[in-house]
Amino acid sequence: MGKMRGSEAIIQCLLEEGVKTIFGFPGGAVIDLYDDLMDSEVNHILVRHEQGAVHAADGFARVTGNVGVALLTSGPGATNGVTAIATAYMDSIPMVILTGQVPTALIGNDAFQEVDIVGITRPCTKHNYLVSKAEDLVPTIREAFHIAQTGRPGPVLIDLPKDIVASIVDFTEKKPIRMQNYQPTYEPHMGQIEKACKQILKAKQPVLYVGGGVILSNASKELTELAQKLNIPVTMTLMGLGAYPGSDKLSMGMLGMHGSYTANMAVAKSDVLIAVGSRFDDRVTGRVDAFAPHAKIIHIDIDPTSISKNVTVDIPIVADCKHSLTAMNSWLDNSGENLGEVCDSHNPWIETVDEWTKKHPMTYIDEGEVIKPQYVIEKLDELTHGDAIITTEVGQNQMWAAQFYKFNKPRRLITSGGLGTMGYGLPAAIGAKMAFPEATVIDVAGDGSIQMNIQELATAKQYNCNVIVCILNNNYLGMVRQWQELFYDKRYAATVMEVTPDFCALAEAYGAVGIRATKTSEVEGVIKEALEKVKESTVILDFRIAREEGVFPMVPAGKATTEMLLV
Amino acid sequence: MKHTLSVLLQNKPGVLSRVTGLFSGRGFNIKSLSVAETLDPSLSCLTLVTTGSDPIVEQITKQLHKLIDVIKVTDISESEYVEREMALIRVKAENTTRAEVLRVIDIFRGKVVDVSPKSYAVEVTGSSSKIQAIIDILRPIGIKEIVRTGTIAMARAPK
Ligand SMILES: Cc1ncc(C[n+]2csc(CCOP(=O)(O)OP(=O)(O)O)c2C)c(N)n1
Ligand SMILES: [Mg+2]
Repeated sequence: MGKMRGSEAIIQCLLEEGVKTIFGFPGGAVIDLYDDLMDSEVNHILVRHEQGAVHAADGFARVTGNVGVALLTSGPGATNGVTAIATAYMDSIPMVILTGQVPTALIGNDAFQEVDIVGITRPCTKHNYLVSKAEDLVPTIREAFHIAQTGRPGPVLIDLPKDIVASIVDFTEKKPIRMQNYQPTYEPHMGQIEKACKQILKAKQPVLYVGGGVILSNASKELTELAQKLNIPVTMTLMGLGAYPGSDKLSMGMLGMHGSYTANMAVAKSDVLIAVGSRFDDRVTGRVDAFAPHAKIIHIDIDPTSISKNVTVDIPIVADCKHSLTAMNSWLDNSGENLGEVCDSHNPWIETVDEWTKKHPMTYIDEGEVIKPQYVIEKLDELTHGDAIITTEVGQNQMWAAQFYKFNKPRRLITSGGLGTMGYGLPAAIGAKMAFPEATVIDVAGDGSIQMNIQELATAKQYNCNVIVCILNNNYLGMVRQWQELFYDKRYAATVMEVTPDFCALAEAYGAVGIRATKTSEVEGVIKEALEKVKESTVILDFRIAREEGVFPMVPAGKATTEMLLV
Repeated sequence: MKHTLSVLLQNKPGVLSRVTGLFSGRGFNIKSLSVAETLDPSLSCLTLVTTGSDPIVEQITKQLHKLIDVIKVTDISESEYVEREMALIRVKAENTTRAEVLRVIDIFRGKVVDVSPKSYAVEVTGSSSKIQAIIDILRPIGIKEIVRTGTIAMARAPK
């Protein structure tokens, strides 16, 4: 309490919010803050590129559920962070990004390393601030943390002019934050809960369609209870994987463009679709008018703008997923209905669902010693008992990870869903490992994506933050190549990686271990070796996979989700 | 369909650009926009005229609400309301047309606010259609310059 430098006050605010680790990169505009950070209890992780700082803080936030914090300098430092801020925004990740800014007197003068980062990030942050008065500093930081982690979470940026950070401010006592203009609704409307439950009780072919909102609101337990109470099959979006145990018999896996045959068929045939914390993204719905055409749709989401945005909803519930599911579970328990009978009445539906899985399981064609990427993921799943933290890059590698790793717990799949940012996986893995040093953290990568933030291997080395980078190396920008193969006459424009570094040599250059596998029979041994060696060092696994393997099932863009191309 | 939204905002730098950025970023329409401080100087009131189907206007309203600096959004065109625009029109007024111009201004209850040997500057207020009507009538006489405000609007008090 009392008077202190702005920089000290910022650090006090971080500590007050329970922030112990931040990720950043210094520069002139934040040098004062760094000076005070040096002696503080806040642990600062020096990345090698600002995009890496924000992705690492994002990975940290996704595995812990806490606010991730990144610190960047003004100008190029801030702009380098923009892709990663947009990544967090699209996936609703709670974050606070602190950027340095030129002194207030110079703002607007095209000063050295001045950029209007508040203007630039307006559309890709939940909210942002330029602190223009010293007395606003502390309240702004507190408000930013409040906004970042309440309602539908998201990144909040605070631009900090150098003179404000250096000025003397009053560190006032923290009071509960109440904002007249921002009061997210957590509690569901009980009338809507009742309507929803009654609709569900009438269903013969219900489906739970679950998104990242369930993970963000820590509602896996309540969701699992609902699914099992009424014997309802569950499908998850990419962001929702792990919200319901992937190995359970009611799980149909992922839906949408690369979803399972079962999940897409079940949604298409459902009579009641219960969307929980999902947002009817185009990668999920395919052609919108053919999405769940026979279903009454119940939609639970804390963000009113998600409701009836893409698909008209019959029973909207604007509230927190956890609160809503809890309310539904207790309504059902007290409804006087014979829930056992309801479960039994769904058995024919479950049988139909199982038939689909039998007919078209998630599978691939074995090609002997040619390494199949799906096999690599299956082995990873087996050898880590489905309990590793998997981050991904973007492309085929990401989809194979989503399809073939069985995520049984929430916050185990850390992936850029909404923005699809290549280069996300490695820094996010570092963030995750910083949060849980004991966990096995694996970045499932593509040979293209990994080169986008490969410099973070140095960060991993510096902090002894040992992760496994599992490159599914097809020497292609594989996902784009797959589209070219299917829809552009196999004209592989700019997707052949004519030059690729020797990833094992590169690993060594960064002080990590590199191991290559070129045959199927080597895969298991190599993964075991990596799981051993990662105790001491970061490990890069370079799997030379079947180069032109595709991701299937696939719903071509704009088609109905039942029009799947199968293996 | 035309909708007139009344939006209460924090009166802070950058807030207007959050609103306009939302419209441009999401492809929503702005027909007109007008904003000024309210009685409480910490707030401003923005009147925005937009067009779109009902679901679009519902999205617009919800998206506006989602902006942290937005306090209240009302679609005042959903019930009875009054709306006004103002225009300043410089119209040719030469010997042969001076009387005619004055007659038109009178009919529309406009005011001459600036006079020169060859022109009048006229102030008119009213609904958008009234302003359009006087423009249409003055056009053949010769409009030299025109400046229009956006619409401002207020819900009628319940009876
Ligand atoms: C930053 C960025 N640039 C471009 C893209 C478009 N894109 C999506 S997947 C992909 C190919 C990724 O190649 P690779 O990392 O080798 O993964 P693969 O699909 O081969 O597994 C590209 C270029 C993207 N998602 N992100
Ligand atoms: Mg590749």
